[in-house]
Amino acid sequence: MKLSETQVKHVAKLANLPLTEEETKEYSDQLSKILDYIDQLNKVDTTGVASTYNVSEVVSVMAEDVPKDCLTQEGALQNASLKKNGFFATKGVFENE
Amino acid sequence: MSDLTSLSLLQTIDALKENKFSESELNEAYLKRIQSLNPKLNAFLEVVNQTKGIPSGIKDIICTQGIKTTAGSKILSNFIPPYDATVIKKLKSQNVNIIGKLNNDEFAMGSSGENSAYGPTKNPWNLTKVPGGSSSGSAAAVAADLCVFSLGTDTGGSIRQPASLTGVVGLKPSYGRVSRYGSIAMASSLDQIGPFTKTVADARLVLEWISGPDGYDSNVVEIASPLRGLAMTSLRGGRLRRPTRQSLKGIKIGVPKEYFGEGLDKNVEKVVRNAIDQMVKLGVEVVEISLPHTQYAVEVYYTMMFSEVSSNLARFDGIRFGNSRDHFGDETKRRIMLGTFALSSGYYEAYFTKAAKVRTLIKQDFEKAFQKCDVIVGPVSPTVAWNLGEKISDPLMMYLSDVYTIPASLAGIPGLSVPCGFVDGLPVGLQILGKYMDEETILNVGEVYEKSTDWYKEKPKL
Amino acid sequence: MKYEPVMGLEIHVELNTKTKMFCRCSADYFGKEPNTHTCPVCLGLPGALPYINEQAIENCIKIGLALNCSVNKVSYFERKNYFYPDLPKGYQISQLVLPIAINGWIEVENEKGEVKIVRINRAHQEEDTGKLMHSGNETLIDYNRSDVPLVEIVTEPDFTDTAQIKDYAKKLQQIFRYLGVSNADMEHGDMRLEANISVRPVGQKELPNYRVELKNINSFRFMAQAVEYEIKRQTESLEKGEKLVQETRGWDEDKRQTYVQRTKEEAHDYRYFPEPDLPEMRLQNLELKAKQETPELPHEKMKRFVQQYQISKANASILTENKNLANFFEDAVTIGKDKDVTESQVANYIVNQKVDFQKTTPLALIEVILSKKLGIIEDEETLTKLAKETIEESPQFVLAYKAGKTTILQAFIGNVMRKTGGKADTSKLRQILEKLLSE
Repeated sequence: MKLSETQVKHVAKLANLPLTEEETKEYSDQLSKILDYIDQLNKVDTTGVASTYNVSEVVSVMAEDVPKDCLTQEGALQNASLKKNGFFATKGVFENE
Repeated sequence: MSDLTSLSLLQTIDALKENKFSESELNEAYLKRIQSLNPKLNAFLEVVNQTKGIPSGIKDIICTQGIKTTAGSKILSNFIPPYDATVIKKLKSQNVNIIGKLNNDEFAMGSSGENSAYGPTKNPWNLTKVPGGSSSGSAAAVAADLCVFSLGTDTGGSIRQPASLTGVVGLKPSYGRVSRYGSIAMASSLDQIGPFTKTVADARLVLEWISGPDGYDSNVVEIASPLRGLAMTSLRGGRLRRPTRQSLKGIKIGVPKEYFGEGLDKNVEKVVRNAIDQMVKLGVEVVEISLPHTQYAVEVYYTMMFSEVSSNLARFDGIRFGNSRDHFGDETKRRIMLGTFALSSGYYEAYFTKAAKVRTLIKQDFEKAFQKCDVIVGPVSPTVAWNLGEKISDPLMMYLSDVYTIPASLAGIPGLSVPCGFVDGLPVGLQILGKYMDEETILNVGEVYEKSTDWYKEKPKL
Repeated sequence: MKYEPVMGLEIHVELNTKTKMFCRCSADYFGKEPNTHTCPVCLGLPGALPYINEQAIENCIKIGLALNCSVNKVSYFERKNYFYPDLPKGYQISQLVLPIAINGWIEVENEKGEVKIVRINRAHQEEDTGKLMHSGNETLIDYNRSDVPLVEIVTEPDFTDTAQIKDYAKKLQQIFRYLGVSNADMEHGDMRLEANISVRPVGQKELPNYRVELKNINSFRFMAQAVEYEIKRQTESLEKGEKLVQETRGWDEDKRQTYVQRTKEEAHDYRYFPEPDLPEMRLQNLELKAKQETPELPHEKMKRFVQQYQISKANASILTENKNLANFFEDAVTIGKDKDVTESQVANYIVNQKVDFQKTTPLALIEVILSKKLGIIEDEETLTKLAKETIEESPQFVLAYKAGKTTILQAFIGNVMRKTGGKADTSKLRQILEKLLSE
């Protein structure tokens, strides 16, 4: 499966990965090669086969609604590079989700 | 006591009980050895000067409270977890302490250790060779007696393969036996934490210590914990016990024809077949089995794993911890890109869903095979350790070296790598795979085989 | 060409469980210091894993059942992947293919008593995000709210006017409060509305090929305004021959208009896939438990009050608006039985005097009624005399009444009450007046 540079740029945007022009070109080649290999899966007949997303055989694993200790504010913030008055900080985001 | 550091875990526990030496002497001996050997091995990224407990090394992808945890990446160069992974808590409750954090391929992505942002770990048997990956440091540290045992993680072979390449015991538990809470996620449906040890009996003990539900990992099976046959490694009496089994009579081993085809180095094949012959002498019956979808396992694994990875690494945005996303290494970026693509609109069905269906077929291959045998035996790696730099420029080539370990990960079944010989002075591991949640049998088989040979006694000259 | 609106509503309701959806941090975050209710899980730290809150699932099922949904026997979570600073993991754990509840409906009644059936597409479970605060050219983030349980309820595009949307939202708010699953307070952000608006020519059966999503609107009033504005804007656009596109818009309170937040091209590709960290859920047992623990719902209680206590629908509606008031009423009725106070008297008193039930007790209420009853004019003869009197005195009111303005009855009642110092039994009086005026 060939991945064009436009597609690579689109995927990089979805993946929030900043790529240089050089990287974009490199990935277009490398990723295409790997995808070609993965395309071999098309040879397998999977009609009527269910998907396996996880092999663990448990179901309905749930907890009681009882609070446990949480981190202190300090503990929560200790690895942040930017913080202010107990908040995490990041450069301005202006679009509302 | 210079051979303090060559003792196995069980021997160490016994010796401490018998006051042959103190805990601080034990730790001092290991720290000295680390100081002298780590510069050339680059196994440890972080060393903790401490004097209590039994010293273990922890793969740097597992969170240790207050101790820097980098996952082998520059993006976490300053990350100090505010919490311990469950397995760490469990080890601490057994008087085990952490002597250091061990090098690995960045975010567990690699089969040689060369994807670490902190330089590759060297193979203690030959410093120009790779130790395997991604748990490169964990394997090398145990092989070089830099700690009593270590923990690594196995997603597609990252415990079994480096164990094989460095001549130590490596165990990948069944998926759902050990809690993943605190292990930085690579592929959520495949990752398992497991031990690197000097003997199989050690592995059984560590497995017992770290197994079981914890209220944090929803996929851990409740009834998984008790391992039968534990009398074997019981700490009662303080003496190393003899295996409950001394012969393998009645055990049927399946030998998959797909694991002995093209791609397997002829010399490695010879060593593995000798090991199988040895097992026959111990009483096993050999059954030829087929795992027909083996040829698609690598594609399935990489599709699903890339996809889960791309999602699991989305949290690394530099806000609550870590550096910005441009600090990811090349292999990591590549996998994130591929995974994002495989999940994206228009491609999800063709890639992710398709792979998930073939995964079912691979799982069914094993279920059918296990109707005819108790364990499946074969090589771990198609070759012995290769030269540093040899495969790194071709990612695809690197992926293909995991062909024998990946299928078991996809099926979630347990796998053990046990030293079974050498080729040109480099170790070869024998892979023993068991039914889902049947670590008991593979450990028994592994131990009986191990004790019938002297391979486990070999140590690299450093 | 005439156009009609085609509208659907999405409601997000924050559950009032003690702990968060996938971790056991206390969910009581409102007004607390920032980042003091967090843990590795809700902070999205490396190595953290989710673990489902059973009470939240049960509450979601209760909501689904109250909305006449079918509860799926098997349900599972999925990852909705996108990047935003308030989303610590870079994905939200939500549901897509197999949500907890589907295919329900609810009756919504307007002031005139017209009933509309709104179909419910789904009610599913997900987790809330952190809170962003803009400060200069920085954005500050508090993750206390991250991972608090949310239930999302989506209707089919069945709404045809703005009033219906408001009535529906109010009804759901009442249901959430009755179930005790949320305070459903829009000012607190416990309940959030998103409307999907499009417009099509009258008579066209197919749905339009676009929709405009109205988001981030935090009051019933603004939602109504925004919806009205949108319908007008879209209709005018179509009349001009312009093409309308898929968009997300917000409401500018100051300018009183909607504005574009995101276009279709910028729309997210969420790359949903089943959440590998969470096993699937089998819901039969929880459904049973939810059914057992679901209290009588407002419309059921209202029907019962009318039947059991023989009170008017209007009074019953007011008395059942709040579950605690309804309970107060029933307690008062029980006490009143022994003291010869009728259900109607209790109902009327509470409604007409606008009793604040939180400031008194059922017993105290009965005693007040009893004391006021002394001297209450109840006999038919006296009341008829008073009624005839007031009818004769106010011929203009009679004309108004006969012309259809039935509310003028209140004026007659008011007159009689003034004359008797408030001692007339108003319901009896009302009946007598109606009879006389219809002759």
